This record gives sequence, structure tokens and C-alpha cells, in this order.
Amino acid sequence: MPVFFAPLVFLLLVLGTAPLMPGIASRTKSLLTGRRGAPVWQLYADLWRLAQRGAVYSTTTTWVFRAAPVALLTAVLAAAALVPFDGHRSLVSFSGDAVAFAYVLGFGRFALVLGALDTGSSFEGMGASREVTFATAVEFGLLLSFAALVIATGEMSLTGMLGEPLAMRWPAATTSLILVAIGLFALLLAECARVPVDDPSTHLELTMVHEVMVLDHSGPDLALIAYAGAVKFALFGAVAAAVALPRATWSPMASALGLLGGMFLCSMAVGIVESSMARLRMVKVPLYIAGSVALGGFGLILLLR
Amino acid sequence: MTTPLLARLGNRRAVPLEALPLVPIEHLGDALSAGMAGGGRLLTLFGLPEMDDTLRLIGIIADDSRGRLGAVSSLVGQRYPSITPHCPSAALFEREIAEQCGACPEGHPSLKPLRRHAPDHAPSSWNLSERTGAAPPFTRITGDEVHEVAVGPVHAGIIEPGHFRFQAHGEEVLALDILLGYQHRGVERLLERESAHDAMQVAESIAGDSVIAHASAHCGALEALARSRKSPRAQSIRGIALELERLANHLGDLGAMAGDVAYAPAAAFFGRTRGECLNLLMTISGNRYGRGLVRPGGVSFDITPAMAAEIAGRVERLEQEVPPAARMLFGESSVQSRFEGVGPVTRASVLAQGFVGVVARSAEVARDVRHDHPYGIFRFAQIPVATAWAGDVSARAMVRWLEIQRSMAFVIEQARSLPNGAPRASHGVLRPNEIAVALEEGWRGEVVHVVVSDANGGVRRHKVQDPSFRLWPALSLAMAGGQISDFPLCNKSFNLSYAGHDL
Repeated sequence: MPVFFAPLVFLLLVLGTAPLMPGIASRTKSLLTGRRGAPVWQLYADLWRLAQRGAVYSTTTTWVFRAAPVALLTAVLAAAALVPFDGHRSLVSFSGDAVAFAYVLGFGRFALVLGALDTGSSFEGMGASREVTFATAVEFGLLLSFAALVIATGEMSLTGMLGEPLAMRWPAATTSLILVAIGLFALLLAECARVPVDDPSTHLELTMVHEVMVLDHSGPDLALIAYAGAVKFALFGAVAAAVALPRATWSPMASALGLLGGMFLCSMAVGIVESSMARLRMVKVPLYIAGSVALGGFGLILLLR
Repeated sequence: MTTPLLARLGNRRAVPLEALPLVPIEHLGDALSAGMAGGGRLLTLFGLPEMDDTLRLIGIIADDSRGRLGAVSSLVGQRYPSITPHCPSAALFEREIAEQCGACPEGHPSLKPLRRHAPDHAPSSWNLSERTGAAPPFTRITGDEVHEVAVGPVHAGIIEPGHFRFQAHGEEVLALDILLGYQHRGVERLLERESAHDAMQVAESIAGDSVIAHASAHCGALEALARSRKSPRAQSIRGIALELERLANHLGDLGAMAGDVAYAPAAAFFGRTRGECLNLLMTISGNRYGRGLVRPGGVSFDITPAMAAEIAGRVERLEQEVPPAARMLFGESSVQSRFEGVGPVTRASVLAQGFVGVVARSAEVARDVRHDHPYGIFRFAQIPVATAWAGDVSARAMVRWLEIQRSMAFVIEQARSLPNGAPRASHGVLRPNEIAVALEEGWRGEVVHVVVSDANGGVRRHKVQDPSFRLWPALSLAMAGGQISDFPLCNKSFNLSYAGHDL
């Protein structure tokens, strides 16, 4: 079997099931609040519908606006190639690729923010400003979590940090790693624009963070952004699940089921959070992110004993 | 009223138009201020074309603690000295008069357009092309980091049109201008010109969510002019319908406020209970908003014993189901942290600017027509006035919740003991040349209808005032210094009507 075969299969599995994650989260929320809700595959239908439509471009926009969705999705896919979804190895790996992971995602956001500013709309500018403000804090939390993994495993690439070396150290560093996993989950809520940081189901432009940046995108462009969002959700879910329970010693089939199970539980947890609390006031979001950064920090400190 | 300058009126009590004292315009502001000094407030001020070249301004003062109304009037030409400098709460009304009647109040501090329409109540010989004094409509704050956010008139979601313009510094709102008028339909003109039958339908369409309140106020004024009497049963049915309307809207508002802070469980639950209350209105009137129910002389549909039992039973079940959901909403710390301190309206500004309804009561001003100027069933079955003190979103939510509980108790009590009588009595004709004021406590606040009859018993002037008219400025006030991301929540806690303002 060629060495890249298993990572490729797992990557395709994640890319294929990613649109289920927002669906599961919203279905969980519906069931917990006494409604029936949309089917879990709703996003597939939405993507299909959007892909068939034409896009409308404002005359004030330039090529930056059109390039943004493609750049975003490319960045998210590039980041996905760095993650060892099967628990062993990733499609691409090199020493320090964890930093690349954070900044490739950062580049995608940068592209989206430029696209938003390119519209010249006051809404999109407001959303871009909020997104960037929160993202600087989220980025710090992500790097701190990775630093904890680097110290735990002694590896500098995601393949090592989430692969066999992590599985070896896991029994000894369970507390730290669980803290890091919870911290990553908290960051996921911020990064993927979920309650308590953002509200994915609101129609009120003035309260939006992520959604307001994509108000002017339509058709296939919007589909690319929505799909990129789902993949990012899946990436964070898979990484948090891998930290909480490394699967390097599992058989490929068990590992695949473990991956899907982890992603499923992660989506459900998002749905449960969304149906049990209100969104934070915008000025308090940095405090929330500081809290999730602190979780990664505690994990790190425990490892330094 | 204690001052002899004012004619004494009451809620739904007509007096001849001649009984209204005429004072020189220079003294009108002082007369109104004197009337307000004894605890009164300016209820309304409007123009009545008197002759070809003269406009009669009629000011009505409400003395809530004594349950009395007072009226004074003055004749003016096309230009007259503004009374706002003597009586600050007249500012909004003078803007309305300038636009509606074409009269120019000279010396008015900020004569901005209100609804932007051509004058439709001007004395016939006035030259309306000369309109002066219109200040530029938007506040502008300049500075390096100050930016402007314009929202609407077309909004995301199915709501009415209105334009909001924020002057913001980052996330902080420095000023909010609200530009309305997109829904102007000429309601007052229609009420004056259409047949009694059609006018009734117009009254029910003034604000789609306050059908019962506007229909009852409309009928109240006409019944006062015709001296017609309703049976106790009709009054009780009107009371039930009004409180069901209040229940539906208050429950819906609590759900919408929960939805705005993304608290899904309460949003879903209150959304459902709102529907149940609307369905009860449908049981009575055949449609969910209570159209066609309130008619001059009573109500057009009776409540049969079976319907009464169903209404009481269903509201009793709501009385069991709603408190746990309310505890969930008010007990959830993440929700309260969003509600508390957002969009405060102070007691002082309520008193100075004459805010009404839920907004006034949430700032410790116990202003409730059902209590202060009781009418119909509310003379016999009193509903305690619900107040809170903080004046913020959380206080407005709390006042709604208190009113929900009291309205549920009222509806059950009334449905269990409906008095006898015919649902509708004959209405008769309007007495000529009289004026009647009808106040009704709709779910937002007081609805005011003033009707002046002509020499032939027709309607000469029909002044309509929805609480939204008084309350839109309160929203601007509440937002200044707040966070722009809190605007939708703050707006929802007021939930004002665009159509009710625009008429």
C-alpha cells in the first residue's frame, strides 16, 4: 500500500462528511428546544443549490472580492492536508507544520477579510473588524495548545504531535491533554462562529461577526465559503478529538469510526452549548477567548512540572 | 383639572367643542405648562382646520393621578410662535403639525420632517409650497475614527421599513437617527372620509399587531360622541380580547428577545405560546389578529359558554406552562448578562418626554390607562400596574412578564364569569360639534383616538396616536452610548410599530 494512501482516504472522508457537522449541531439544537429541525444533510442541499446559481457582484468590488472565497477554501484545504486524520500521518508533513497550520488558516481569514473590505459596505467593515479582533486572540490560543503538544511529544509537526508520540505520552499526560482538548473545543466555538461568540442563525446584521462578512457573496462563491466553514469546523473537531483520545494504536477501521464518532460528538456538543446558553455581549467575547487560551496554558504548565 | 383655563374631559366622555377655551397662541404654551404643573402630562396636541385661513391647535393634558383630562385650544395662522420653548414635550407634536397642517412654528428648536408627506390637514387657503425651517435630517459627528452605519429601510427578515443611521466610534454608538414615514397611508384622512363601515376597517389596520387596541379606542370615541351604551358582556369580551392581544405580543416579545441573544429554548417556547394566544383570538373572532370583533356598540361575536370554557381552560394550562419557561429565561445568567444595563431609559426622561406604556413602567413610572383612566370592564376588574425600576432591557422584559401573569389571571376570571347582555347594542348617531378622547392601554402603551364631530354628525377630525409615535425617540435615547451590537436586542425590547407611527 502506498504510504500516502491511508492519509488520503481519511482526508477525503473528512472532506466528504464535513458538511454534516453544522447539520448535526443545528439538529441537536432543534431537538433540545422541542422543534423538529432541518435534516442533518441540509448543508449538502444548500451547497448544491448555491452551486447551480449565478453570482451577483457589486460594481464597487474588484477581483479581490471574487478571489476571496477561492483563497479561503484553498487555505482551509491546505491546512487539512497537514492534519493526520488517521492517527498516524498526514498527507503533507514537515517540521514546524503546526505553525503553518495556524497561519494558513490565518491567510484564509485574511483573504475573506479583504473581500469584505472590498465591498465598501459599513456592515462588512464592522464584521471584518470584529473577526480580526477576535482572531488575534484565537490564534494565540491555538499556538499555545500546539506548544503544549510539542512539549508533551517532543515533536514539531502535527503528524508527530497528534500521531504515535502523542499516543505514547497520553497515559502520563492525560490531565493536560484533556485540558488542551477542551481549550481547543472552546476555540472551535470562536473560530467557527458559534454561540457564545457568534450566532450562526441570526438575521441581524449589527450583531453578526462572521456572517456579516459574507453578506455580499452569492451563488457558488457563497457555497465555497460555506463549505470552507464546514471543513474548518471538521478540522478543529478532528484535532480536538485526536488530542482527547489518540487513535495511533487502533486498526484503520476502528480509527475511521473513532474519527467520525469524535466529529459527531463534537457537533453534538456544539448543539448542546447552543441550546443551553445565550450569546455573550460583544465586549465580553475577548474574556471568553482568554478563558479558552488559559485552558491551553494550564495544560502547558502541567506538562512543565 | 384645577386650573380654570382647561376644559374638563374624561376618557370616553364627549364635550361640546365650544366648551374648549380659546387662548391666544402666546399663552398656549404657558396654559399647557400650567396644566402639567399639577401632575399632568401632554397627552396630545393636534391641528384642526377651523376656517379657510385659520388652524385651531387643540392640546390635551392628562392628569393620571386624578383620572382627568383637560383641553385647551388656540387659533393660529400659517406662522405662529412655537410653544415648544414654553412646553418642551410639545416638540414632537409641533413637528407633526408642521407637516400635517402646513403651519410653521417659528422658534422650534429642531423642526425636522417626521413622516415626509404633503400636508393633508391644512386650512384650504394656505399656500403650502412655502415650507421653511426644515433642518437637515441627520446628525453628523465628524472625527477620524467616527464612522456611519446606515441600516434599512429594507431589513433582513420580515419586518416593516424604517431607516436607522448610527454615528459610531468603533462599537460604541454616539448617536442614532431614526427616519420613518415609509408606511404613511394617510390613515387620519381615511378615517375622516370613509364610511363608518370602512373607517372601522382602517382603524383595525393602523398597526397590525394592535388591532383590538386601535379598534376599541376608535369605537370608544365614537360611542362617547353617540352616547351609546355597551352591555357588560360586550365590555367583558373587549377586555378579554385586549388582554389576549397583550398576552400574544408580550409572549412573542420575550421569545424574540431570547432569540436575539441566541437563547434557543426560550425563543422556541415563547414563540409557540404566542401562537396559542393568537389562536384563542381566532376562536372568538375567526382570525388570529381579532379583526372584525370590536364594533361600535359592542362586539360582533359573542362568546358561547363552550368557547368561554375553552378559553379559560387553555389559559389555565398556559398559566401552568409559562412560569417554568420564564424561570429559565430570567434565571439563565448568560441571558441576564445580556439584558442588564442595555438600553437604559431613565425615569427623568420618561417624565420629561412623556414616554408611555411598557417603557414608562419599566422606569418606575406607573402609567397605565387601565388603572389611571379606567374604562369599560377595567372599571370593575382592576389589573394591578406592573412596574420595574431599572429602565433597561431586563426591566422591559420583567414588566412584560408581570403583565403576562396578570393578563392571564384576568382572562381566566372574565371567561369564567361572563356577565349577561347582548353582545352588541345599537350605536346611534354622533352628536354634532363635540369632541371626545378615547384612551386604550394597548400592549405597547396608550393608544389615543380623538374624534371631533361636524355639524351634521359626521367625523370632522380624527386624530390617531399610537404609542410608537411617543416612543421612537426613546429608542434613540436608549442607544446613545451603547454598543452597536446591542441595537437589535434593544430595538426588540421596545418593539415599536412603524405603521403605527407613520399612519
